Amino acid sequence: MFEYAPAPESRSVVDLKPSYGLFIDGKFVDPADGGSFKSINPASEEVLAEIAEGGAQDVDRAVRAARKAYDKVWGPMPGRDRAKYLFRIARIIQERSRELAVLESLDNGKPIKESRDVDLPLVAAHFFYYAGWADKLEYAGFGRRPTSQHSGAYPQPLGVAAQVIPWNFPLLMLAWKIAPALAAGNTVVLKPAETTPLTALLFAEICQQADLPAGVVNIVTGAGETGRALVEHADVDKVAFTGSTDVGRAIARAVAGSRKKLTLELGGKAANIVFDDAPVDQAVEGIVNGIFFNQGHVCCAGSRLLVQESVAEQVLESLKRRMAQLRLGDPLDKNTDIGAINSAAQLSRIRELTEAGAAEGAQQWSPPCELPERGFWFAPTIFTGVTQAHRIAREEIFGPVLSVLTFRTPAEAVEKANNTPYGLSAGIWTEKGSRILWTADRLRAGVVWANTFNKFDPTSPFGGYKESGYGREGGRHGLEAYLNV
Amino acid sequence: MSERVAVRKTYKLFIGGKFPRSESGRSYLVQDSNVSLASRKDARDAVVAARAAGKGWAGATAYNRGQILYRVAEMLEGRREQFVALGVPADEVDAATDRWVWYAGWSDKLPQVYGGANPVAGPYFNLSAPEPTGVVAVVAPETPALLGLVSVIAPAIVTGNTVVVAASPTAPLAAVTLAEVLATSDLPGGVVNILTGRLSETVPTLAAHMDVNAIDLTGVTDPELAADLEVKAAENLKRVLRPVAAGHDWSADPGLGRMTALLETKTVWHPKGV
Repeated sequence: MFEYAPAPESRSVVDLKPSYGLFIDGKFVDPADGGSFKSINPASEEVLAEIAEGGAQDVDRAVRAARKAYDKVWGPMPGRDRAKYLFRIARIIQERSRELAVLESLDNGKPIKESRDVDLPLVAAHFFYYAGWADKLEYAGFGRRPTSQHSGAYPQPLGVAAQVIPWNFPLLMLAWKIAPALAAGNTVVLKPAETTPLTALLFAEICQQADLPAGVVNIVTGAGETGRALVEHADVDKVAFTGSTDVGRAIARAVAGSRKKLTLELGGKAANIVFDDAPVDQAVEGIVNGIFFNQGHVCCAGSRLLVQESVAEQVLESLKRRMAQLRLGDPLDKNTDIGAINSAAQLSRIRELTEAGAAEGAQQWSPPCELPERGFWFAPTIFTGVTQAHRIAREEIFGPVLSVLTFRTPAEAVEKANNTPYGLSAGIWTEKGSRILWTADRLRAGVVWANTFNKFDPTSPFGGYKESGYGREGGRHGLEAYLNV
Repeated sequence: MSERVAVRKTYKLFIGGKFPRSESGRSYLVQDSNVSLASRKDARDAVVAARAAGKGWAGATAYNRGQILYRVAEMLEGRREQFVALGVPADEVDAATDRWVWYAGWSDKLPQVYGGANPVAGPYFNLSAPEPTGVVAVVAPETPALLGLVSVIAPAIVTGNTVVVAASPTAPLAAVTLAEVLATSDLPGGVVNILTGRLSETVPTLAAHMDVNAIDLTGVTDPELAADLEVKAAENLKRVLRPVAAGHDWSADPGLGRMTALLETKTVWHPKGV
């Protein structure tokens, strides 16, 4: 292996304040009860900033601001003007992308290579894409106006959207939530994850810089209780959540019997299926990308490798050789492939499940890999000899851990791939076109990557079957979640 | 000559293409007839039948599903007088027949209207297509007994879902008679299953059933029951269609919503290259 000299990205581009308030009605304000928490850099455990903890009163204030902005400004505003604000935001994100990328890597632990080359371009593209929809909603193909609808433009926005997002792609998930909501004419109150609030707060500054009318976007930071207060607030018309299936279930219960429209993007346990005719080197790159991208903190990660028995040995040998080349370390180093685990809590969850994997009889393997002393780290890991009954084959690990299973026939591959309550994504590797389409037809998953993996685009709908949630984000389908159709 | 003694009909459940009595052996008197009082076990049996039928029905070509739905309209047209005799207004029977025809045509058009190619920023083929969500539990509206029923069944099955329907408890005869129409329309057994009886017995079982993918609460009039069913449905994250407002106009253009609410969108990516 080559020796790489350190190539760290400078963090001087980021101007962190010691503390941040809540962003409500266009201004940063102190929380009503004065609570706060710290956001740390998971690669060093250094405190980055003190963050306000929003309580029920703050949530109420934010929802009122959003309601007022919806009634007075954003709702009545012509779509072409809403579009211009969104285009402005997209441009400012592009202009400040270095700053946002470095801050994302600092707060989240993901390699700068990813935040710079994947997250930020997609964030800007998402705002740019939905900006263009704002004045074209009647062409979005949702059919005729139902006869019982009121007069006026069709289709109509819902009102105030409550949005709760996870820590794995903090700014990208913000974009997936805010861009379509605003394009459709809603106003939002968004709660970022408690371990990664910083880019959302910088986004609030971008809203100010874009002169976005006050109250259209409100950011309330906090943990689970803050999210609960937001989701349960009586004056919210729409709830959108990305995160764990358990919390998704709790939210579905919380909105039961209400008028709130709900979309959920939850967990996954994707199968990545490698057939015997697949080009091995390409498949191995896809497997690595599928499970080690973003430290495996990806709901659509290809966490179950299903490899055809006849090529299993060859694929595993190649995979191990490739894994030995992965560079783990400083997220700000431009050579880093695998950054830090986002939090101590997530690290202990990964450890617990991998210990269960070993205890249940699967064979654990990691390449020689030196872990930094401070911060939260987990070496890229594969388990072989995994059965479908093992916890590591059934539960979402959300870390750089791959479970390897084998199959003999295509029918068996499909059977095993679908043998999960999840249904977010899947991968297929084969040179035979008809086999791709046959397999894709049978996989119960919202996104199927054939001879590729973990590709995203604002025009491409994303979301799950079964317990991976409902509704789609991205594309024309993503508008539906924010329109009364 | 004595007057001919009429042959009366036994109104039974419709499960898996057959007409069984309730396994509980119970019935209730409604519309001057003894109608099967379905049990929780009947509800579970109906889910098994619906799941078993799903693979074939979802796998049928859209053209085939469209033809079968159109065949249902043909059969219903032929039994117009039978429904009128049950007290269904003739206009309503006609509207119900027309609704089958309308939905029949959607089978091979909705995937074009609701899916398509996505122009992603890279060298990839990228296509989104709708697929059925699976087994759908449906609470049919209390009234109109026939048009309401058809308006909730047709949009669910035209895209390839299979359904377990809890029929109107106060006017179940139209539902059982519709089952006879379905049974003679080349519709595979198990695609539509109809339960008669008390909603309080069958619907909570369906809402909590882990092998049901979606629930349509259209006919639930008690808001507390609707909320409770939605809570039960959350356990495996069923797609939920909430009850319609009182006074809903069933004769209006239904729009796409009842179909799209019971669909999943699958997006397939593949690189382009030589």
